[in-house]
Amino acid sequence: MRVLKAVIMDAPAMERTVTRLSHEVIERNKGAGNIVIVGIRTRGEFLARRIAARIETVERIKIDIGFLDITLYRDDLLGKLEQPRMKGTDILFDISDRDVILTDDVLFTGRTIRAALDELIDLGRPKSIQLAVLIDRGHRQLPIKADYVGKNVPTALAESIRVHMKEVDGEDSILLMHPEGEGG
Amino acid sequence: MPLLSKHLLGLEGMPKNDIQLILDTAESFREVLERPIKKVPPLQGKTIANMFFEGSTRTQLSFELAERRLSADVLGFQVSGSSVSKGESLKDTARNIEAMKVDMVVMRHWAAGAPHYLSKVIDANVVNAGDGAHEHPTQALLDMYTLKEKYGRIEGLHVCIVGDVLHSRVARSNIQGLKTMGARVSVCGPATMIPKELDRLGVEIYHHLDDVLQEVDVLNVLRLQLERDAGRFFPSIREYHNSYGITRERLEKAGRPITIMHPGPINRDVELSADVADGEHSVILQQVLNGVAVRMAVLYLLATGN
Repeated sequence: MRVLKAVIMDAPAMERTVTRLSHEVIERNKGAGNIVIVGIRTRGEFLARRIAARIETVERIKIDIGFLDITLYRDDLLGKLEQPRMKGTDILFDISDRDVILTDDVLFTGRTIRAALDELIDLGRPKSIQLAVLIDRGHRQLPIKADYVGKNVPTALAESIRVHMKEVDGEDSILLMHPEGEGG
Repeated sequence: MPLLSKHLLGLEGMPKNDIQLILDTAESFREVLERPIKKVPPLQGKTIANMFFEGSTRTQLSFELAERRLSADVLGFQVSGSSVSKGESLKDTARNIEAMKVDMVVMRHWAAGAPHYLSKVIDANVVNAGDGAHEHPTQALLDMYTLKEKYGRIEGLHVCIVGDVLHSRVARSNIQGLKTMGARVSVCGPATMIPKELDRLGVEIYHHLDDVLQEVDVLNVLRLQLERDAGRFFPSIREYHNSYGITRERLEKAGRPITIMHPGPINRDVELSADVADGEHSVILQQVLNGVAVRMAVLYLLATGN
């Protein structure tokens, strides 16, 4: 059992964060003409959709979005107790020479991003790959960093971040959870 | 959600959920096959031995491609030129393969039950790639995948298996799988080639092709196994073709779109006329492509199961 330690973001805060991330993406890339957005399934998919919608409103152009299922590229696939169910990669455009904005909800060890990078490179040769996340909770095990961060949240290893998104969870919120019986 | 079993020996008794899981997983691999780089890493470091005690070109190639696309290391093993032709027993062959630290064995054997036996004497996962006239589960799975791709469902489809059902492992596996998935299954062929116990499995038996063509959605046309002395079961190839050969005229007379499947290789103008094999309702080449995706799914699920 895990107990709530803190609410990191509520729904309005998440919306403002997505808006800011979207504007940072446009600013850094001097527009959005060459941008495609690729979300890592599950919740990175919805972050990708939200950022794309935001950029489309601001820039008045259509943004290509795609989704990555990194299951086949995981480094802990063999010997895992529970078999992950694949949701499929769904990228219906060529990423070669595009600026790919890779999105995920939480950046933690960096292993998911490593897997996503490998899969993207197998799909084509992007001009650049930039990483956007809602939360960076630290504890990296690989030399990976995000280009766009919603919020940096220092955490203990035993804690966990729970991201809820309307599309799958019925509400928008980001919570910091603590293992029961360890104080705090 | 792992597969319930460690091996894929046959579709008889396989739960619906397992079949569904394989078909769903195959869909992800089908997408991989459309990529510029058609190779993914999940089976890196795994070694798979393909033991084919009976000739097969396309099944072996399909498995090998599936294995390589999953980044597994592949050991080929053909009966000709191996010590099996020198009299080594299946058990000894298997033990030797296992001593080489093989993780999975894909086996085709002329004897029904050979993979089942193998699964009892070695630790590796065993995949049946066809055993005698018993089962050929990956063929039936790819047939079902192809149906699902075309119709969006399997349940309620009427599939008729035409030809030498008696000697066909493809037919047996298809019947088991299709029944589990809720399809209506019938067979059509000369009485000498239809096993009588089939009606106990809830399979409808027809002997006249034109009767079944009135109500069927899909024909899965079996290859006449001429090399296995199939000629003992009907008077002549010409007569077989006249009674059971699928021709354009026949299909047009039925007046409904009927999907044509065939496990290959085709005896053109024997069980299937050339224009039907290449016609608009034929999904024979999709079956070949889907076969790679389905085999990737099976190998992946077994390797990552536990």
